[in-house]
Amino acid sequence: MRWFSWRPDDGFGALAQYAVLIVLAGIVLVPLVATALGGFKELGDLRANPFGLPKIWVWSNYWDILSGARYWQVLGNSLLIALLTVFLTLALSSMAAFTFAHLHFFGERFLLNYMLLGLLFPAATAILPLFIKIRDLGLLNSHWGIVLPQVAFALGMGILLLRNAFRQLPGELLDAALMDGCGYIRYFFYVTLPLSRPILSTVAVIAFVGSWNNYLLPLVVLNSESRYPWTLGLMAYQGEYSTAWQLVLAFITLTILPAIVMFVMAQKYIVAGLTAGAVKG
Amino acid sequence: MTLANPGDTVRRPGGGGWLTILIFLPPALLLFTVFVAMPMGEAAWYSFYNWNGYGRPESFVGLKNYFSLIGNGAFERALVNNLLIIVASLAIQLPLALGVALILAKRITGAVAFRMIFFLPYILADVAAGLIWRFVFDGDYGLASAITSLFGAPPVYLLADKNWAFSAVLVVIIWKYFGFHMMLYIAGLQSLDKSLLEAAEMDGASAVQRFRYITLPLLGPMIRLSVFFSVVGALQLFDMIVPLTGGGPFDTTNTMVSYLYYFGITRMRVGFGSAVGVVLFLFCVTFALGYRRFFMRDD
Repeated sequence: MRWFSWRPDDGFGALAQYAVLIVLAGIVLVPLVATALGGFKELGDLRANPFGLPKIWVWSNYWDILSGARYWQVLGNSLLIALLTVFLTLALSSMAAFTFAHLHFFGERFLLNYMLLGLLFPAATAILPLFIKIRDLGLLNSHWGIVLPQVAFALGMGILLLRNAFRQLPGELLDAALMDGCGYIRYFFYVTLPLSRPILSTVAVIAFVGSWNNYLLPLVVLNSESRYPWTLGLMAYQGEYSTAWQLVLAFITLTILPAIVMFVMAQKYIVAGLTAGAVKG
Repeated sequence: MTLANPGDTVRRPGGGGWLTILIFLPPALLLFTVFVAMPMGEAAWYSFYNWNGYGRPESFVGLKNYFSLIGNGAFERALVNNLLIIVASLAIQLPLALGVALILAKRITGAVAFRMIFFLPYILADVAAGLIWRFVFDGDYGLASAITSLFGAPPVYLLADKNWAFSAVLVVIIWKYFGFHMMLYIAGLQSLDKSLLEAAEMDGASAVQRFRYITLPLLGPMIRLSVFFSVVGALQLFDMIVPLTGGGPFDTTNTMVSYLYYFGITRMRVGFGSAVGVVLFLFCVTFALGYRRFFMRDD
């Protein structure tokens, strides 16, 4: 099966292509592998030999982090923030998308365009007034101060993707349901949502990854370390142990590990979610 | 397909339509208004004031915050850096991603594994990627110096060198993001109409001709999309700058957002920072609307 214009490769061409792929894969992987291995080294070993295997495997670098509360706390905070963000994003954007897809009312186009405005600019542009707003609402230094703005900024993409998907569902289904006396709200819960699982999971993946990796908003909102998500926790750890690279490398490895494990286990959904979301949006 | 009717505008009676609107719409509307729309409006308002964030903004300074950006060395450098990211994305990242996609869209052995490897950096948080590369570029412990010392050269401190620091940042950006663009191209290539290519091949078109006149034009929508994401991503880059350089040395590696952070937020200069935000907003909106209007209207 030939996918596009280039010949299926034989001999020299194939060899050259594999050479390019392997060199690139090396460039991508070496920093990651060196980081993970660096976490097993002593500082002097790291300095003399940043590439290779550790002379002595210092398991305690990793063990001390894993047995301390700090690592689990930052991961727990990130997980809590991400789950709340995903749940609220799904709930609010699917409800709004449903009304935009099936119900007609005065000003619907205007309201839809208004909600899609958020797609045009990043949260960073309004971060100072957002900080003032969060402060005035008394949400500073709380997880809600991160969750609610994250949801607000994720709504645009969620509504866009979900509205398009909801409108693809056969209209006859809704007609029949209404005829039989099923209301819109029951239809939403019993027909629309179950039939839209793939697109809902796309929106969920986008919201989860965005929240899990978010740095700027928590940086501005939080000031007590016990509430830090892992991105802030990592930077704080680096600030504290800036002279001990081997510990920082172990901490980096452990904090990116959940994302890598998730990615390897659910790569199909994650790649589809992140690219299909981009394409359809 | 008569079942799916996307343009459906039939008004359906009954079913509690109004009640549904009143329950379903307000939560999203409220949240969006409070946390997205109002802050953006307030940014425009605050940008005319000199304000430290306490009490109410009272000292009106007109356009002074905006004028102080003109001729401001650090801000102009940030602006140039944002442009450099866009140039590097288009001139290096895009051809690289397309080239790799052309190889990996075929069913060659190991294609799936290579795709996953190249996509992997994209799922890492920018802060983690930045910190990993801070280690790579570190003059005392890093890989870059280990490489130069193989050739007997003294250790290099790339991130502390004002001539080279931003180039190093560009390397990290390409490392992290080219896999995402590669995935877009692979998706595009796999949805190409293969019969066109087969017909062209039968008519004796060479591989280069087939690429130039069939694959590339058909891939147009995906390329335009990838360019769009490159520019939008470049304009909002921030997280990576903090662990890599913190904007230094001598404010040579800031982007607009990191400039906004270091000069507006950390010093609580709300008016000034808001003005930077408004400028950034104008760049983003002008680009997004203009680009969609002129380059993506057929897609």
